Amino acid sequence: MALFILKRLGNMALIMVLVSLAIFLLLELTPGSVATKVLGPYSSEEQRQIWLETHGYLEPLWVRYFNWLSNFVQGEFGDSIRFKVPVAEVLWPRLWNTVVLGFWTFAIIIPVSLVLGVLAGMREGALLDRSISVTSIITTSVPEFASAVFFSALFVFGLKWLPGTSTMNEGFDPLQLVLPVLVLVVYDFGYVTRMTRASMAEVMTTQYIRTAVLKGLPYRRVILKHALRNALIAPFTIVMLQINWLLSGVIVVEFAFAYKGFGALLLEAALNQDIYVIEACAMVAVFVAAATQTLADIGYTYLNPRIRFS
Amino acid sequence: MSDISKSIQPAPSVALGLLKALKSFALLRESWVGMIGVGLVAFWLLVALLAPLVAPFEPNAQLQPMAKPGTAFAAGGSFWLGTDQLGRDVLSRIIWGSRTVLVYAPLATFCAYVVGIVMGLAAGYYRGWIDEVLSFVANAILSFPVLVLYVLVISTIGPSGLNIVIAITFASAPGIMRIVRGLVLDLRNRDYVAAAQTRGEPGWYIMLIEILPNARGPLIVDACLRLGYVVITIGVLGFLGLGLPPPDPDWGGMINFSRPFVQIMPHMVIFPCIAISSLVLGFNLLADGLREISLRD
Amino acid sequence: MKIDTRTPLLEIKNLGISYYTRAGEIPAVKDFSLTLRPGESVGLVGESGCGKSTVAMGIMQYLGRNGGIVGGQIKFKGRDLATLGGGELRDLRGGEISMIYQEPMAALNPSLTVATQLMEVPLVHEGVSTEEARERSLRMLADVHIPDPERVMASYPHQLSGGQQQRVVISMALLSNPSLLLLDEPTTALDVTVEAGIVGLIAEISRKFGTAQLYISHNLGLILDTCDRVCVMYSGEVVEEGTVHDVFSQPRHPYTRGLFDCIPLPTADKNARPLIPIRGQLPLPHRRPRGCNFGPRCDHFREGACDAGAVRMEAVHEDGIGQRVRCVRWRDIRFTERNGGEAIRERAEAGDIVLHVDEMQKYYPVDDRSLKALLTGRTRRWVKANESLNFRARHSETVAIVGESGCGKSTFAKVLMGLENCTGGKIRFHGQDIGQVAVQDRTAEQLSAVQMVFQNPNDTLNPSLTVGQQIGRVVRKFGVERDSRKVRERVLRLLDIVKLPRDFIHRRPRQLSGGQKQRVGIARAFAGNPALVVADEPVSALDVSVQAAVTELLMDIQREHGTTLLFISHDLSVVRYLADRIVVMYLGQIMERGHTRDVFDPPYHPYTEALLSAVPIADPNVDKREIILDGTLPSAVDPPRGCPFHTRCPRKLGKICENERPPQHQAGSDHVIACHIPLEELRRVDPVIQLRPPPDDVKMPSPVA
Repeated sequence: MALFILKRLGNMALIMVLVSLAIFLLLELTPGSVATKVLGPYSSEEQRQIWLETHGYLEPLWVRYFNWLSNFVQGEFGDSIRFKVPVAEVLWPRLWNTVVLGFWTFAIIIPVSLVLGVLAGMREGALLDRSISVTSIITTSVPEFASAVFFSALFVFGLKWLPGTSTMNEGFDPLQLVLPVLVLVVYDFGYVTRMTRASMAEVMTTQYIRTAVLKGLPYRRVILKHALRNALIAPFTIVMLQINWLLSGVIVVEFAFAYKGFGALLLEAALNQDIYVIEACAMVAVFVAAATQTLADIGYTYLNPRIRFS
Repeated sequence: MSDISKSIQPAPSVALGLLKALKSFALLRESWVGMIGVGLVAFWLLVALLAPLVAPFEPNAQLQPMAKPGTAFAAGGSFWLGTDQLGRDVLSRIIWGSRTVLVYAPLATFCAYVVGIVMGLAAGYYRGWIDEVLSFVANAILSFPVLVLYVLVISTIGPSGLNIVIAITFASAPGIMRIVRGLVLDLRNRDYVAAAQTRGEPGWYIMLIEILPNARGPLIVDACLRLGYVVITIGVLGFLGLGLPPPDPDWGGMINFSRPFVQIMPHMVIFPCIAISSLVLGFNLLADGLREISLRD
Repeated sequence: MKIDTRTPLLEIKNLGISYYTRAGEIPAVKDFSLTLRPGESVGLVGESGCGKSTVAMGIMQYLGRNGGIVGGQIKFKGRDLATLGGGELRDLRGGEISMIYQEPMAALNPSLTVATQLMEVPLVHEGVSTEEARERSLRMLADVHIPDPERVMASYPHQLSGGQQQRVVISMALLSNPSLLLLDEPTTALDVTVEAGIVGLIAEISRKFGTAQLYISHNLGLILDTCDRVCVMYSGEVVEEGTVHDVFSQPRHPYTRGLFDCIPLPTADKNARPLIPIRGQLPLPHRRPRGCNFGPRCDHFREGACDAGAVRMEAVHEDGIGQRVRCVRWRDIRFTERNGGEAIRERAEAGDIVLHVDEMQKYYPVDDRSLKALLTGRTRRWVKANESLNFRARHSETVAIVGESGCGKSTFAKVLMGLENCTGGKIRFHGQDIGQVAVQDRTAEQLSAVQMVFQNPNDTLNPSLTVGQQIGRVVRKFGVERDSRKVRERVLRLLDIVKLPRDFIHRRPRQLSGGQKQRVGIARAFAGNPALVVADEPVSALDVSVQAAVTELLMDIQREHGTTLLFISHDLSVVRYLADRIVVMYLGQIMERGHTRDVFDPPYHPYTEALLSAVPIADPNVDKREIILDGTLPSAVDPPRGCPFHTRCPRKLGKICENERPPQHQAGSDHVIACHIPLEELRRVDPVIQLRPPPDDVKMPSPVA
């Protein structure tokens, strides 16, 4: 088991190296374009040349990559062109805002989807199952930007219950968090529900559930003790992988509601060619995603005695 | 002998194919969920095909700014769904926009499948270092949150139809590869594959004739789901301003363009939202119906 | 066995069970009646799909959402089960009626320990304390002869061997001291020597606890060994019932009789007593014929009588008790000596040696990635799948390779086919060494010369291609014919040879039954005129009545073409029936090899002896010495040193067996036994199987009605 964890961590480190190389090559392959982005399109050729020299951009590619990587590991991401401050100063507060958004999203999605999924999977094909399944197909079919529009039309302009933007300009306002969380939850709970349902439905058809029923166990015990233990192994992985999805979802939602989070930062940086912010955001996003994937793998192995004791 | 062999002529394959298509359609008819999906997809396909006939106006003509739905146009006709801030008819733009999405989404999905299937077949059938390298690259790409990847790639190579197809292929092929690889790992142990190997069939024959056709069930279901997802992706890219360059109509781009006016003129945004949601729903319901059928057999 | 004749424990009257599908109502069981007294064992025997398991589920009132009881009554201890409420039903299930399942691995919850799964039975049913539950579970594990119950209690199911898992399931069933045990093919998933142990245990249980048993099986031999009475089912109905003695020595229904003619008995061989297959196949449940379900396959079918209407069970004896049969013509039918068995074949003459296997080895490396292995530096270990195999096969001869799962018989086939390369030694085929030649390096000639028939009918054909395409590809590939018209003719001829209708050329595998698929597989193997065909358990996945037909077909084609047949099997009865020579393998090594008659008579290798004893025989006139092996098959990773069989051998001599490779005794011409026990001593043992002279009143196999 310890060896397995080490292997997973090694694999993750390797992936991070590959990803960093890809990001580096994508954005910094030609030093000239970096100088143009940093100094702006109206800078002179001379200015760019000086900038390249002072920032070590005339070194060979691989030297630049290792310098870049070592700076990165130490948390030095360079300066934001747009905000004129070190990237870290913008990045961490923005990331924190997204963590808050993500926390509430998951706090709702996990219980709702697991309960609905288990209920639907318990009796496959029953009316409850069909209603839950169809509902979840419908909600996953509405893209986040569309549901943002629909909910705004209803709750902001129609019922006038909620604020239409989530800029949090006058301090943290929980009401402003409602719509972004709602949009994320509505789009994603269906997927987790369906996965849970599939897992539960599969477990319910296994022979060991039949054994449990024919042992004369009460239905509650069959479900709680025999079915859930096995049926929730797969959804655990699915839920962990939703963190990866969330990092995509927040780009749309934060843009739609002008929420000052990590996703909006990445998008603004990309649209403005704010190169060091893009790099930092991408690296952080991949790190979070890869780390959760690794955790999911380890957790899956731990939860599954067939793998744990083999 | 000869009269018997004459009596068993190979049935014309076209007729057989048609018969099979009809049969699977008949099966699908038993799943009302699947039928709604078929209906929605068929509706948008027809709209896209007949766009020049059914669209009341030129999609890019600036006629009468900010008209509410149902407003009559002075030169004849009505703006059934209103116009946008430049005075372009929303209905016509939605109709022409369906062409954009129904060209790029299947094209991108198809490209992703070609790449993903080739990778998955090679990784699953040959195993060994080919598998290790391909799987590692796939895992690296999949560890990107998908929209981060799109934003990164499109903002670097620039927004255009071709680039969107490239980006979607790049981001989706690893997922398809994983599915194909899993199916191949299962199918390669079948006895008919061993039979083909023991008569000395080359690798490509075994992969394409003995393995791939038998993986088609799950792949068709996945392709439907993925089509829906690609439609969303194209919409999202348009919404974020990374989609097709204006002025040609594109649903996500319409929403992005008119968003500042959503409070006073919600129709400019809501109708494209409904259009995209219904198309995605169509693909998802179709996939669900197909899955139900494949589970039955 | 003590039969209590007072009140019946279980009384089933005219039970009907149906499943509801898209195609409508499908009757799975019709007009089923059975009375079971306390302590009695009744066997329910029939082929797959005959409804025998459905009866058990009906008794348990567990038919799923699409199944239901549509008629009749099930009474248990006088109570009608249909009237029970939820709580009463739970008390009944696992309390008074327990069940034992076919696949113990699937029947146990993979993520709960054995302790949890055992203890909850007394905890739920009797509300005892945890300590008490634990105490009882441990005692029960000891009762089912599980060594080290404490360790097993703490284990998860996947950490136990198949035999141990089944013992856990049995102890789970017995923990509440039920009065009825339903056994649904409890040994089908197990190896034959493990099966023998479980069968022994089940018999012991009924003696010790007096539990009544309903034993469901497709294996007539097992029923004979375990039951007092038997019901033979066909297509949803009981066709015959009676005491085991009556039914086995005087079967009245043509189907029962046909079943006996389909099974190879280890007392007969292919030339003296060919199998007589039942023609046709089981009717689909929604396309059953009018009248007698067996009618279309019956040699005694009489129009107007057999298809007139529903057939009732009739008592054979005047007093109305005992044997009963569902046949309108049972009084008229006289089964002849060999019912249709006209073909007494000539023994084929074996020719020159075509296949030499010399000191052949196949090792697989396994990388042990555990921390301990890394620290000790022993990361590379070897699975010794085949170790020093030596044998020969001659032209037009059938050589059987016999052994339980994991003995390396399929690995050998893979190496022979070129799917794997051997690690050492030689496999010479017509003088050329092909052991190291991978399949892609073989010449077209080498490829076409060696072909294979596979085990699993659902796996052997590509579901996406038609039968014609698949056979035609082989014909073309091996250059038998190139012109497409001629290829087609050749394919049609091959279909004739395997006795399939010609229009099957356009069918897809989905439209064929299991036996038909195996026939296509045989046609495909013979399409390139091979000199050697490897058949890897070609009939073990088929129903008994279909097995016989496919086995006969394979042998006919082989004789006609003069092909050498390597027949891989776990079933000694089949092997005895069709093989000229036998190779017995255990854990990758050959224990004994020789002509069939030599292997089945002393001197035996102790493993062969145990294997022979373990095979259930459906013949009441056979006496068998009982030898039950302890323990389980050791892992092929680092197999035992010395003789691989020493860990389970009942005749183990001592240290010598553990440390030294056994010598090869030449027990006769071409008869080799690898054992430390001196040959003279091995010669002194009695035969395992002996025919008892039939008593005068019953003449087997010629019952007179």
